[in-house]
Amino acid sequence: MNNARHRHDPHDSDDAETGARVIRLASVRDNGGAEDDTSREAPERGSLERGIASGLAFLRRRLSGDYAVDEFGFDPEFNSAVLLPLARALYEHWFRVDLEGVENIPDGGALLVANHSGTIPIDALMLSVALHDHADRRVRLLGADLIYQVPLLGHLSRKAGHTLACQADAARLLAKGELVGVFPEGFKGVGKPFSERYKLQRFGRGGFVGTALRAGVPIVPCAIVGAEEIYPKIADLRPLARLLGLPYFPITPTFPLLGPAGLVPLPSKWLIRFGEPMTLDEYDADTADDPMTLFDITDHVRENVQHMLDDALLRRGPAFL
Amino acid sequence: MPAAAARVVLVTGVSRFLGARVANTLQADPGIERVIGVDTVAPDVPLGRTEFVRVDIRTPGIAKIIESAGVDTVVHLNLVTSASASRAKAKELNVIGTMQLLAACQRSPDTRKLVVRSSAAVYGSSPMDPAVFGEWDEPVDPPKSGYAKDAVEVEGYVRGLTRRRSDLTVSVLRFANFLGPGVDSPLTRYMHLPVVPTVLGFDPRLQFVHEDDGVEVLRRITVEDHPGCYNVAGDGVLLLSQALRRAGRPYLPVPSPSLSVLGDMGRRFAGLTGFSPELLRWLTYGRVIDTAALEDELSWRPKYSSEAAFADFAAAQGFGHGPLTTLLGRG
Repeated sequence: MNNARHRHDPHDSDDAETGARVIRLASVRDNGGAEDDTSREAPERGSLERGIASGLAFLRRRLSGDYAVDEFGFDPEFNSAVLLPLARALYEHWFRVDLEGVENIPDGGALLVANHSGTIPIDALMLSVALHDHADRRVRLLGADLIYQVPLLGHLSRKAGHTLACQADAARLLAKGELVGVFPEGFKGVGKPFSERYKLQRFGRGGFVGTALRAGVPIVPCAIVGAEEIYPKIADLRPLARLLGLPYFPITPTFPLLGPAGLVPLPSKWLIRFGEPMTLDEYDADTADDPMTLFDITDHVRENVQHMLDDALLRRGPAFL
Repeated sequence: MPAAAARVVLVTGVSRFLGARVANTLQADPGIERVIGVDTVAPDVPLGRTEFVRVDIRTPGIAKIIESAGVDTVVHLNLVTSASASRAKAKELNVIGTMQLLAACQRSPDTRKLVVRSSAAVYGSSPMDPAVFGEWDEPVDPPKSGYAKDAVEVEGYVRGLTRRRSDLTVSVLRFANFLGPGVDSPLTRYMHLPVVPTVLGFDPRLQFVHEDDGVEVLRRITVEDHPGCYNVAGDGVLLLSQALRRAGRPYLPVPSPSLSVLGDMGRRFAGLTGFSPELLRWLTYGRVIDTAALEDELSWRPKYSSEAAFADFAAAQGFGHGPLTTLLGRG
């Protein structure tokens, strides 16, 4: 309680002109029990009023454009106040995500390497929530260029702090000490048929290893269990996919059979596990130009993730309970 | 790096806003003996001791001026970015004019330095772009039309000259969009539309450079020696939606195909010639450039961030806050 009150103190004395960049809506969310001395007589009304006041302040900041974005288009306030709470509802109540190994996330720059699955990349969202809420890190994911061509998706992705998967962006983020996340399997992973669940696909061309080597950051392997069951892809309408310019057009047991209702993900039980950071100190930055070593390291990382995946799958138990 | 300072400076495009301001700044520098301004039309602002010569840089007349005056520094600010004239004429001015000018520079033994105003538009705008462009980056999707393509061609000719006259100090400056109280550009006109159309589902990252900073950079590059190619922009980034909200402009997201149609109609019927395909692409995908190289080289940072440049522009235009924000109050 004391802690909570401390956190709210600056909030009470604020006006919109001063710390406009401080993210406050998160505090609105857990404002329920927080009250200070002035509102002790009518705590409920006080907190409600404060909630409304800070909600209005938030609205005013948003409507007057009074917030900051970074060069990647990351809008921390919008992310914590709008995007993450939506994902958090899924995270806590629908997928009931369990976390393991959060202590393995290093403090400075690091490259998180995770498996990718689920037909629609909801695993990326869940990973953001996990790291935001439990490791206090804002993961910057590298996404396929397709995302940035699609209206709405592209700019929401940028507002959430993610960017295009390219060497330059990854290097720039890592140099700033950010936690960068990649899904080296790409579309091959996220769009693989249900029959191949939890089997890692090829890890792209291993570009992520070169990025980590050049930036001199550790690789943190990550296994995400549960995403495979949310939209079990049992068939693929290739001609339609080609027509729409998509990498695949999935058929799941519920989609398109049930129409829009088929878009509701199945409530699988999730487990996200972070492995020990793999430091690449024994290699120097020049190794980044040696394809053979890169392949070796890539394989090593891939085996590591597959291992964690198998292990986590066993520990999770039944898929939907 | 103060050099054997510029003595006789030629400024092209002197009748337009940037040229006039740069000429005015340079003529105030006692170290510079003569400032010669050239353009096809007479300037409408007083230029101090700048000597104005009406000459079309697309003609060999420019070579005569450079030779007879013993011009040692050429500041080429002629790039026409707003299509006030027809596209064909603008292209002619940009490309053919530059070719003539560079040919004259190559010929003249007195020429020592060339400063070229280019544009960050040379990087193009596409969803496959890296988040931030450095000077060494190749465009992912090079511009295919408009002044952006002209700028690419101009830079190509400048590289050619640099190869042939390795004794020249050549600086190329890629400016982000200019903003400020005095700027009139396709962007400022766009901001003035009664309801500003934006591309539905896209919110581009934009950067601006304040006119004062732009002039200061050009002054420094002219009086000091800084060979190379540099990006110029204010620090930080504004999203289009954010900028429009700050200026309190009403805006309406429109699907991109209908926006192209609107733009086309604007070009044809409403005289909104600036609503060009490259402006549309910029308003869809945006562009951010890295200015670290310039800041290192000049040991100087722009006074105005992108945010501040926009605020200055918005204040000068008398843009206020939107009705909703006013309703919610300021406290």
